[in-house]
Amino acid sequence: MLQISIKAEEIFHLGGFTVTNSLLFAFLILIFLVIMGFVLRRKLSLVPKGFQNLIEMVIEAGLDLMDSVLGSRKRSEEYFPLVFTIFLFVLFSNWLGLVPGVGSVVLNQAGGGTVPLLRSPSSDLNFTIALALIAVTFVNAIGVSVVGIKSRVSVFLNFESPVTFFTGILELISEFAKIISFSFRLFGNVFGGEVLLAILAFLVPYLAPAPFMILELFFGFIQAFIFAMLTLIFIVTAISHEEEAHVVHQEA
Amino acid sequence: MDINTMRLLAAAIAMGVGAIGPGIAIGLIGGKAADAIGRNPEAAPKIQTAMIVAIAFAEAVAIYALVVALIIKFV
Repeated sequence: MLQISIKAEEIFHLGGFTVTNSLLFAFLILIFLVIMGFVLRRKLSLVPKGFQNLIEMVIEAGLDLMDSVLGSRKRSEEYFPLVFTIFLFVLFSNWLGLVPGVGSVVLNQAGGGTVPLLRSPSSDLNFTIALALIAVTFVNAIGVSVVGIKSRVSVFLNFESPVTFFTGILELISEFAKIISFSFRLFGNVFGGEVLLAILAFLVPYLAPAPFMILELFFGFIQAFIFAMLTLIFIVTAISHEEEAHVVHQEA
Repeated sequence: MDINTMRLLAAAIAMGVGAIGPGIAIGLIGGKAADAIGRNPEAAPKIQTAMIVAIAFAEAVAIYALVVALIIKFV
């Protein structure tokens, strides 16, 4: 029978800490990415070929896209680690959730039921909320480090006139709305995709899930891209008050 | 009507009604983007990127409705 649960299922306990299947898989993806990084680094050559060439193409495309949003390559390289890490981690946690075995290899539980051993981390609301909190915290920290804390706070608490005070409060509410929308967009897409594939596999196991798995591949990539792109755009809006600050200095 | 029937109906209505707005919105965004690319084919990459971001925002609202429907059904 179908086992669909919004909560990630617990597999084992380490002392007082429960390990869920999505946490386990998130650690596996982390180890995979780190090993990939070390493997690439050991055999770096000036003229790239093979795997290094592929990675360089992807990074080049990412940097070009960030250039078109940020304006200069120097700025892109500053924010590239955060944005591309978010993109890579979300992309692999979406895509590796489709690998055969994830979700279908089950453990027998002491109550009689079965529990999947691995589950895509981005189908776990804990992971997506954590990632959204990290992204929004970083956006604000970058804003504070670039334009100064006074300018950043004055976006939210602006006492010049009642209208700007009201828009400041709206901006503050919108920061929290960003956290919720980031996390629920990613969670809804990936968990919804998993539910869709589970129900489809239950109804028509042969051939029908195939086009939907291609759709899931596409949506997984789009969601990773959207998460990283929105983080980048929020960084741009957070640091863009720099120009306004410079204009004020010139006028004064 | 007992509670289980109501749950099924509620989940279906939540998702169904919640998909109307985003469906229309995504259609409008795509149409406007196609217009803009038709006017200025050179700016196509920029328009495409902006379109994809706007579609993600619109789709997020449909995803909220999906999450509500899933919670009604499974929790």
